[in-house]
Amino acid sequence: MTLRPLHLIFCAGLLVTAGCGPLFDIRKAMYDQPKYEPLEVTDFFGDRRSARPLIDGTVAQGHIQLDDHLYLGLEEEDGDFRQAQTYPFPITADDLNRGEEMYNIHCSVCHGKSGHGNGMVVRRGYKEAPSYHRDVLRNAPPGYFIGVINNGFGQMASYSHQIPVEDRWRIVAYIQTLQRSQFANVEDLEAIQVFIEEPITEHSSPEHANEH
Amino acid sequence: MSSQLFTSKHNTLARLSLLLFVAGAAGFLGFMDMLHRSSYVRYTKVRREQPVPFSHKHHTNLGIDCRYCHTSVETSSFANVPPTQTCMNCHNVMWKESDMLGPVRESWETGESLEWTRVNDLPDFVYFNHSIHVNNGIGCATCHGRVDQMALTWREKPLFMKWCLECHRDPAQFVRPDDKIFDMAFDPKSLPLEERQALVEEYGIDTSNQRLTNCSICHR
Repeated sequence: MTLRPLHLIFCAGLLVTAGCGPLFDIRKAMYDQPKYEPLEVTDFFGDRRSARPLIDGTVAQGHIQLDDHLYLGLEEEDGDFRQAQTYPFPITADDLNRGEEMYNIHCSVCHGKSGHGNGMVVRRGYKEAPSYHRDVLRNAPPGYFIGVINNGFGQMASYSHQIPVEDRWRIVAYIQTLQRSQFANVEDLEAIQVFIEEPITEHSSPEHANEH
Repeated sequence: MSSQLFTSKHNTLARLSLLLFVAGAAGFLGFMDMLHRSSYVRYTKVRREQPVPFSHKHHTNLGIDCRYCHTSVETSSFANVPPTQTCMNCHNVMWKESDMLGPVRESWETGESLEWTRVNDLPDFVYFNHSIHVNNGIGCATCHGRVDQMALTWREKPLFMKWCLECHRDPAQFVRPDDKIFDMAFDPKSLPLEERQALVEEYGIDTSNQRLTNCSICHR
C-alpha cells in the first residue's frame, strides 16, 4: 500500500482531535494561574479576601499621613488647631478644572451642579443637602469643607475612601468658585481672564505651598 | 458465491467512508473553532447573575459618573469594584427597606465582602492597565460597550488578542479626545481620521518600531 495524501490528512486529523483535550486543559491552567488578581476570592483566609485588610496599628508603605494641613485641613496656631484658612498647595487653573470634574462626579449627585443642594439623589428622595450659598458656608474656610469631606456631616458619609486627598482640596477650590459665581458682579467678568491664567492668590500663597 | 469477501462496490464505500471521516474531522475542528468564538464560551452578551441585581443603566441615567464607584480607574491598573460603603452613601437612606439590597446591608453590618461575579476577565498571562488606556484617549465604551444601557451587565467583547491588536496596530481608529473618555455615547469615528491621528500624536502614543505590538507589552 502506498501512502497517499488522503491518508496523511486522515492521520493529521486524528492527531489534532486527540491533542485537543489536553490542549484545552493547558490553556485553562494558563488562563487562571495560581496567583491572585486584585479583589479575587480566596479560600485560604476565613473572610475569603485575597486583599488583606491592614493589621491594627500599622500603616501601608507610602500611606503615612503626617501632614495635618493636607490630610485633616487643620492649621496650628498658638499650639492649637483650627480649620485651615489656606490651601496646602497653590491652586492653578488645571487644579480648578480637576476640581470641577471631581465635584461633578462625587458631590453634584446630592449638592447639585450649581451647589444649591438639589442634586438628582436629593430629588429622588435623599435628605436635602444644604446650599453652599448660605452665609454660614460662604464664610467657611477651606479647612471646614475638607473636614466635611473627610468625616461626613449629618446624613453624608465620609468620602475619603473615594477621593484622593489632593482632589479633595481641588473640589474645595471649586466649591469656593461656585460660591463666588453666585455673587458675581459685572466687573468680575473682566477679571476672569486673569483668573484662569494665574493661580488664585486669595486663598493660597507660595509660602504655604513650600511648607509641605 | 464468489470467494472474494469484498466486491468492487466496497471500493467506493471505502473511499466514501474515508472522505466522510475527513469531512467529519474538518467539521469537528470547524465546530470547535466556532464554539471557541461563541458567546457560549466567551460569555459575550450574556447577562451575569449577581448577588444584587445592580443596574448600571439605572445609576448612570441618574447622572452618576463611572468614577463615582470605579475610583481607581485613572490611577491604577485595576478599575476597582466599589466597597460597600460607596453603595451605602445613598442606600443608607434610599431604598433602605428593599429586599434586593438585603445583601448590601448585610455586608455593611457584618463587614463581609459582597462577592460580585466578574464580567470581564482577561487571562492571567495578559498584563492590562486601565489607567494607561483612559489617560491616553481610550474610552470606557470602546472595550466595555454601552454599559450605561445595560441593566444587568454583560461582557461586550470576546477579548481576543486579535481584537486588542486591532487598536495596538492602529490607535488612530479608536482614540478620542480627553474630555470624552467617560462619555459613553461618544463615537470616535465621528471625528475625521486626521483629527484622530493628531490626537495619537498629542497623547504621545509611540507607534514607531512596532512598539505597541511587541509581545512583552502585554505578555510580561
